[in-house]
Amino acid sequence: MARKLIDIARILRSKNAGPLYVTFDIMFDTRKELEQVLSSDRVNQRVIADLYGVNPEDVSIIPYMVVNAFKITIPRNYISGDLQDDDIYGCQQHLKLANIVIP
Amino acid sequence: MKIIVLNGLLGYGYTEEALENAFLQNPDVIGVDAGSTDPGPYYLGSGTSFTDRNAVKRDLELALPRAVKNRIPFIIGTAGGAGAQEHVEWLCKIIDEIAVKEKLTYKFATIYSDVSTEYVLDKLKNGKLKAMGRLEATEQTINQSNKIVAQLSIEPVIAALDAGVDVVICGRLCDTAIYAAPAIRAGYDPGLAFHMAKIMECGSMCCEPLSASDVLMGEIEDTEFTLTPMNPIRRCTISRVAAHTMYEQVNPYYIYEPDGVIDLKNSWYEQLDERRVRVSGSVLQPAVQKTLKLEGTRLVGYRTISIAGINDHNTILHVDEMFLGVKEFIVKNLGDIAVEDYSINLRKYGVTDQDVENGCEGNIGIVIDVVGKTKEISAAVCAVARSRMLHYDYSGRKSTAGNLAFPYSPSDIKMSAVYAFSLYHLCEVDDTMECANIVYGGYCDGKKTD
Repeated sequence: MARKLIDIARILRSKNAGPLYVTFDIMFDTRKELEQVLSSDRVNQRVIADLYGVNPEDVSIIPYMVVNAFKITIPRNYISGDLQDDDIYGCQQHLKLANIVIP
Repeated sequence: MKIIVLNGLLGYGYTEEALENAFLQNPDVIGVDAGSTDPGPYYLGSGTSFTDRNAVKRDLELALPRAVKNRIPFIIGTAGGAGAQEHVEWLCKIIDEIAVKEKLTYKFATIYSDVSTEYVLDKLKNGKLKAMGRLEATEQTINQSNKIVAQLSIEPVIAALDAGVDVVICGRLCDTAIYAAPAIRAGYDPGLAFHMAKIMECGSMCCEPLSASDVLMGEIEDTEFTLTPMNPIRRCTISRVAAHTMYEQVNPYYIYEPDGVIDLKNSWYEQLDERRVRVSGSVLQPAVQKTLKLEGTRLVGYRTISIAGINDHNTILHVDEMFLGVKEFIVKNLGDIAVEDYSINLRKYGVTDQDVENGCEGNIGIVIDVVGKTKEISAAVCAVARSRMLHYDYSGRKSTAGNLAFPYSPSDIKMSAVYAFSLYHLCEVDDTMECANIVYGGYCDGKKTD
């Protein structure tokens, strides 16, 4: 049954990794859920690049098996605190990921 | 070696019971981080703190006199929120009040991390300045910088401890250096020391329930370290500890520090008992070329904002059109103000245009955000934008008395100066001490000594 990423994940968060990058942590209760999401290929560099308006080659996606998680890091479109920035801490950037549908 | 972290940030508070438990452990060092770049460039730029003075004083008043009296070294990193000279002096004044009141006797080191524009220009010229992302450093942006600090690492803290001080107040410092420095100085494995420090630097964020406002202990041994929350209501879990390892990091397996890369691929997490987690296997790969991260800010201008609500759905649908009209009006009607001397930005919060078209009930909040070269330009542009937006006559308008619901009078809020990051770069150094300036001092029965 297809579910949204937010409904599968236990933790779905974003935060600055320094003022130039935003990093997303997506954690699951089980290894099976993590593998289901990773193997679905619905969360890849191209998808993230389109969602956030960045270049695919600038998107880093790294599984972190220790806590059944994976991490996505992208450059900020606006540096923290620049005139066009609207999220200084970068902690409300995760919602675009939340609605990705995982088959 | 037992190291205590008071909390995730000086001024965030902690429970007294947890502090009491920490002292019962007979710790070797107490540390606390006092700053961050997370709140944005303003605080470094303006030389002010994002934490409240009273809250900072409270956090120090409970812990510092007792540490000093028990000869437990007390290390504070990134003083005053951003670690420039003004920030360090702000914190030193607070500590001075405590030392005088409690009639304390101790020796201290103040470590300044300010860097001159000449130093950075020289690094740029010699190709020793490396961009970390899309922020470019040029001669112009360096010259425009009003503040530049280097994120120092363990070496100046170790130098201060070697000099026999009881209290270390440091300017901009890598968060990890606070806790890694004493451990590495004592001969413990740097890989373990840095990994422990990385987890500790946020206080009890690696606990269940998590909190940045509570005390945690890290105990480092030859081949492992153990984390124990000092508040009995919390417990460290493998999941929280490992999850916190990757917090605010680009890569969960490598933590980049001035001294090298902490390799966590073979880190092993073990639940020792209900409340303690033990970690082993983390390794430091020493850097061939040592680097320090430089942070700089430049003044952008002065901000004036106006906040308003819009309830009329017809108005909501026309808000972008209104704003375009407002911008044109300003150009035509404030002819003596050059377009390049201000920027105007409309922020919309609430339902989207699509929601409204779909018949969604609801309202939006808007912020008219003006940054001008001077306070006067900023205020003038915001006043015109606000009044024009209020009365803008879009086609099909029925609510001809006004478009905006202002929650406040005055409707325009004069904010402070606006700063932007001008530097966030790695700087190759021959010696990681080259940006540190250590000044020693002391107190005897609350009186300052040389």
